[in-house]
Amino acid sequence: MTGRSTIDSTISPAGNSSAVDVRGVSRIFAARRGPGVTALDDVSLVVAPGEFVSLIGPSGCGKSTLLRLIADLDTPTAGSVEVFGKPARQARIDQDYGIAFQQAGLLPWRTVAGNIELPLELHGVGKAARRARAAELIELVGLADFAGHYPDQLSGGMQQRVAIARSLAESPSLLLMDEPFGALDEMTRERMQNELVRICAETEAAVVFVTHSIPEAVFLSNRVVVMSPRPGRIRSVVTVGLGDRSRRGEDLREDEGFFQALSQVRDLLRGDEAASTPQGAQGVETR
Amino acid sequence: MRGSPMRGSPPRLLQTVLAPIVFGVVVVLLWQAVVTGLAIKAFILPAPLAIGAEFGSNLQNVANGMAVTGRNALVGLLIGAVLGILLAILSALARVFDDMAAPVVGALSVVPIVALAPVLYTMFGAGAETARQLVAALAVFVPVYFTTLKGLRQVRPVHRDLMRSYAVSSAQATRAVTLPTALPFVFTGLRIASSLAVISALIAEYFGGPVGGLGKSITSAAASSNYGLAWAYVLGSIILGLVFFCAALGVEKLVSRRTG
Repeated sequence: MTGRSTIDSTISPAGNSSAVDVRGVSRIFAARRGPGVTALDDVSLVVAPGEFVSLIGPSGCGKSTLLRLIADLDTPTAGSVEVFGKPARQARIDQDYGIAFQQAGLLPWRTVAGNIELPLELHGVGKAARRARAAELIELVGLADFAGHYPDQLSGGMQQRVAIARSLAESPSLLLMDEPFGALDEMTRERMQNELVRICAETEAAVVFVTHSIPEAVFLSNRVVVMSPRPGRIRSVVTVGLGDRSRRGEDLREDEGFFQALSQVRDLLRGDEAASTPQGAQGVETR
Repeated sequence: MRGSPMRGSPPRLLQTVLAPIVFGVVVVLLWQAVVTGLAIKAFILPAPLAIGAEFGSNLQNVANGMAVTGRNALVGLLIGAVLGILLAILSALARVFDDMAAPVVGALSVVPIVALAPVLYTMFGAGAETARQLVAALAVFVPVYFTTLKGLRQVRPVHRDLMRSYAVSSAQATRAVTLPTALPFVFTGLRIASSLAVISALIAEYFGGPVGGLGKSITSAAASSNYGLAWAYVLGSIILGLVFFCAALGVEKLVSRRTG
């Protein structure tokens, strides 16, 4: 699994019941003059139900663009994106996924509970059911004492936990996360990662997780998709054999296999260095 | 929007309430001293005590004038604000409408709206208050429209993405995110508009229409050389303008507190 392996053969376990099926997708952003920017070039990726897949790569490798295409927040220039066997657009309309962004994106005029209830409220869930579900999720993310607080009274980590609770509100079988811990300090970040592993084990949702951090990707994922920039392509996919999610804990960070996968991903990202920038892969935290 | 802990504490109160009062009293005393000391004629500048005396003895007339002008301003404010907000929502929803409305509203904003008063008096009859209310409404419409439209465009990209991911109708998204985001902007517009409504309703009276309002009373008092009384009516209009401004501010504080 080193170097430029062929994309399709390595990352297509195939099967009709995949959570996400991205086929030959390209996304070119038109420029006012010139040929435009190729954010993604012929990318294919399959995510199985219940699988945790991280997208990692330097800035400009198109990992966020890929996530936005899966969420149907953007449409590909070429290729197709299917979510649970449906076109991405239909999956969005059917609310098949929950999403969390780098910015928590909470509504400042709503309380923690009100923010978590938002998607339920918009989709016509009754008041009592909404209350119950929000209370459940607030408990899940450990914010029981803060249900009535407003977002600006919370720390960044707490806000992000509210955003994650909100993304889980409708029990989606697919969770899309765009650097949700990117703005957090390292301590908070590791705690949030532990919580996310626990939450994912409980909800059994498939996750597509965009990140800049190698340890984060390795710790959380079943597979790490390493991407390279300009044009955005999948360089390789590392299968992290660290076992079942439910058995992942803090001690995993000391595990031999963890370090092996870590250096494997790091070496793959170094490939960029040799190819494009001599100083190091920009925008990637190698700590 | 939660207040800072300093607000309301005694030293701050002293500074924000007492200081302007002291300053005002000093200015009035100085004014009185200059007028009596230099023996300035009343038609140039009446003394504050004289104005105060006229204000006291004509309290009923001033209050009646404030009621008439205030009513016109209020009706104008309501019509203009409702129209401004509705049209801004329409413009925010449909780009086409925005493109159509922009030049018209732009033209409205540069027309000296009170100059329309004579035309409106002939349209609606010189015996009715309608013309004055329309002048106020037009003056209110422009700032409310622009600030509301600006507010409606302040939605953060992450909130827009979120609403798209929820696959909600644009009406739902408008209610959940766009309107609450725009609310502070709407109130800024209303605060500006509240004073404009009073000024426009008052000045519109100079161009004709029934008597009884503050504007008419100022001109007729001045015309009969009763300068103290004219200034008493001016004082009345200042109070009316402040009442409108403070009411708008109060509603703003009330709503922003409730919505966080």
